Amino acid sequence: MEKAREKQRKTFTRRDFLKGFGGGAIGAAVLPKLLAQEMTSLQTRKGNIPLYSRKEIAMTVNGKQLRLVVEPRETLLDVLREKLNLTGTKRTCNRGECGGCTVLLDGFPVYSCLYLAIRADGRNITTIEGLASGDKLHPVQQAFIEKDGYQCGFCTPGFIMSSVALLNTNKNPNLEEVKEALSGNLCRCGNYTKIYEAVLTASTRRP
Amino acid sequence: MRKKEYLKNIERSSLLYFEEFRDKETQQPAVTPSAEKERFKIIGNSVPRIEGEKIVSGQAPYTHDIQLRGMLYGKVLRSPHPCAEIVSMDLSGAASLPGVKAALQLKEGKVKYAGELVAALAAVDENTAEEALKLVKVEYKPLPFVVTPEKAMEEGAPQVHDQPNVRKINDYSRGDIEKEFKEADLVLERTYKTAVEIHQVAETHASVAKWEGENLTVWDSTQAIFGVRDGLARALNIPASRIKVIKHHMGGGFGSKLGLNDYTVAAAKLAKDAGKPVKIILSRKENSICVGNRPTSLQTIKAGVKKDGTLTAFSYKNYTCGGVGAGDSCAEPLVDVYKCPNVKVEEYTVFANTVASRPTRAPGHVQGTLALEGFMEELANELGMDPLELRKKNYSLKSRGDTDIPYSSKGLDQCYQIGAEKIGWERRNKKPGEGNGKLRRGLGMASQIWWGLGRAGTQADVRLHPDGSVEAICGTQDIGTGTRTYIAEVAAETLGLEPKDIMVKIGNTEYPWSGSSGGSTTTPSVAPAVRDAALKAADYLKNLAAKKFGVTTDQVDIESKKLFNRNNTAQSIDFQALIREHRRELVFHGECGGRPADYAYNTFGAHFAEVEVDVETGKIKVVKYVAVHESGRIMNKLTAESQVIGGITQGISTALFEERVMDIPTGKVINPNLRDYKIATSMDIPEIIPLFVDMVDPRANILGTKGLGEPPRIPASAAVANAVYNAIGVHIREIPMTPDKVLQALKQKEVA
Repeated sequence: MEKAREKQRKTFTRRDFLKGFGGGAIGAAVLPKLLAQEMTSLQTRKGNIPLYSRKEIAMTVNGKQLRLVVEPRETLLDVLREKLNLTGTKRTCNRGECGGCTVLLDGFPVYSCLYLAIRADGRNITTIEGLASGDKLHPVQQAFIEKDGYQCGFCTPGFIMSSVALLNTNKNPNLEEVKEALSGNLCRCGNYTKIYEAVLTASTRRP
Repeated sequence: MRKKEYLKNIERSSLLYFEEFRDKETQQPAVTPSAEKERFKIIGNSVPRIEGEKIVSGQAPYTHDIQLRGMLYGKVLRSPHPCAEIVSMDLSGAASLPGVKAALQLKEGKVKYAGELVAALAAVDENTAEEALKLVKVEYKPLPFVVTPEKAMEEGAPQVHDQPNVRKINDYSRGDIEKEFKEADLVLERTYKTAVEIHQVAETHASVAKWEGENLTVWDSTQAIFGVRDGLARALNIPASRIKVIKHHMGGGFGSKLGLNDYTVAAAKLAKDAGKPVKIILSRKENSICVGNRPTSLQTIKAGVKKDGTLTAFSYKNYTCGGVGAGDSCAEPLVDVYKCPNVKVEEYTVFANTVASRPTRAPGHVQGTLALEGFMEELANELGMDPLELRKKNYSLKSRGDTDIPYSSKGLDQCYQIGAEKIGWERRNKKPGEGNGKLRRGLGMASQIWWGLGRAGTQADVRLHPDGSVEAICGTQDIGTGTRTYIAEVAAETLGLEPKDIMVKIGNTEYPWSGSSGGSTTTPSVAPAVRDAALKAADYLKNLAAKKFGVTTDQVDIESKKLFNRNNTAQSIDFQALIREHRRELVFHGECGGRPADYAYNTFGAHFAEVEVDVETGKIKVVKYVAVHESGRIMNKLTAESQVIGGITQGISTALFEERVMDIPTGKVINPNLRDYKIATSMDIPEIIPLFVDMVDPRANILGTKGLGEPPRIPASAAVANAVYNAIGVHIREIPMTPDKVLQALKQKEVA
């Protein structure tokens, strides 16, 4: 069952995207309306979202089980940053072009700016704040410090999450595999080569 | 000084740090500068960043992350027209939307580019603020506009500033070029072109403003906290003493965050109106169109040269376009780096209805070096010389092409030697394009010159608390370069401690004054100031210990967290114990001094690139890269390497991909995002070897260190372009070198 889900997520289709909306209280009746809705014609009144109601979701974030009410239009990124105050996940482009908002969803990297919070219902989320165990940093975090795998540090949480996701599935990647796994993350300071070094170093330290 | 006169010609208000250069250049040295000869234990080693743990665990606060109680979200309304008169504006609809707490018209009269700020509002959340923007009614009278330099230079083009669109910004000459052109063995003329490059910082520009009575606190994503404070004081007409600007961490600036921004003023005004804090974060689109870029250049170089490669005359003409602002003067590398007694420079800016350019990591030098170094490579080929030998032939030891004062230190010759050896320079095609097959390899190089000196008057404090803990405090900002870490290194080195023993406090205008982090000035300003303060602290403690030991102060050493009698090491006291016994708080104030005015202070470097060009698809791949820099004493090898790698990555990116594209009929930017404005990814970056000629400048400051922010960015695009020339035998002379341009160039070569 879990295998099958994994496979499905690797080959992500438009159908998967639509199915994502289907979970929980928002049923088939709301779905077409939601998708057909032009955001530009929304006549929002504060406290009175006219088209579709808020929804209560449950998710595990960094090991903590949470219940919270979200609007269907809210992204996972905005919920993490604004509602849960987990500001380590960055909003850099807000449209899936840079990877700065990468988090792990059941262990897989996703751009949280493109992922609606309602879809995270029942899922397990790990953000940069949840990588260390107690005072002990994750080997990838430690290696980024040692190898100076950053400059301004703004893209770093996204890079670290993508790197952790890579090492979760490929414990001993070569340079080309590292480059490819990180090709969805942009570092404008341009420290890619130090980042590769950090990831390769971390890969040697995994248990 | 010549540089002062030269810079005077650059009318460029946004180049704040150049302004400061002008002021400081003539000041007398505050202390007699003498770079310390001693080798250090900590300084210069690879020291991991002291804030590393915070960054990798998402705990480092950026301006985007500031959350305050009751904080409102501000949004900016921008003109959709590249040129228009604002006839009327009605904010009542927006202001009456529930949740909207303030709305202000901030522009009257004429807007001059699409994206110019006209109004701003604040609401309880971002969605409400965005909805409210749609309810602002603005009536515009659209006016004729022009968005490209080519069109702006045409006869009868709409005038951007009610004056001619072309204006001279630089006029320089020495010697007699006409005479030398007549007598030269060879005269060569070539034209090079560079596109608009957008900074595309990771953290989009952002400010948070909060009033407490008459006092304003602003958290700003800025490279210049004091500049923002002073700008706000002027804009809001309140004393600077009532304003505090804070910047903890910042997600990239590259020159686009060097001054006060209009949205920061808007946030302050909205916060005042609403009686609540206001946060404004620009979107990626706004960041692409409203906060500057690197201006274009169209540079023509003509040189006279003797058969043996001796340069005798340079003439240089440049048309640069910085939108509604002035573009970059790009002549400096040509004026300065090679021995040439006869030079004539004319530069013009062309105005257009696009956002004003801003300094972009090494403004002018990136474009100027692409042209100059491309030209040197082509000239070498015409002469049948090794391009590196041509450069060495015209090596200078004095500034202004060997016609002015001597350089205080210049390690460019060593950069050449080390770099050529490391890349295997002998592997290059002796004749450009002599290889064959589908994939053609080539090697290219480029030289670098930049300033990178400190600002006299930069201040820092070292505080010793009664419990023996130590603070190093400076109102500078770490923009990702490692400022915090070298402050800790310098204080620790001087006081015999470890970097982790130093609590570094920066990024707040309540701390001792420091200038903007631009122009590669931060390290040579801040490090000497901290050193000065720490030396005073060390002297004070040595004096205390000397009394205890019954010896003179000069017999006391401070090392390994102890002070001891050099002649009898059994006599020692623990660093903290000594301070605890003293039972008081001690503050030592340090300053960055001046330097002798009869020397030129510059940073140097040489880059070597190897590329592979697919002559069927036109795709260029950089396969290897070596960079060697001379920036005086290297303060931290680890972060210095990162600076160099970053500069090269950006240079490769600009050489191959980056170009802002304007839609001529609508006057809008076509690619205001990170998908269509392509920047280099991990897949595009090869092995990079960063190396340093670690020489100590004897006069620059008490540590002999110079800046390294700009230098590695300067020759990178040029080195790649020259390697492409060596691979395919035709110089593309234009960046970005996209596949279509490569194929076009190859076609023209075939025809020729």
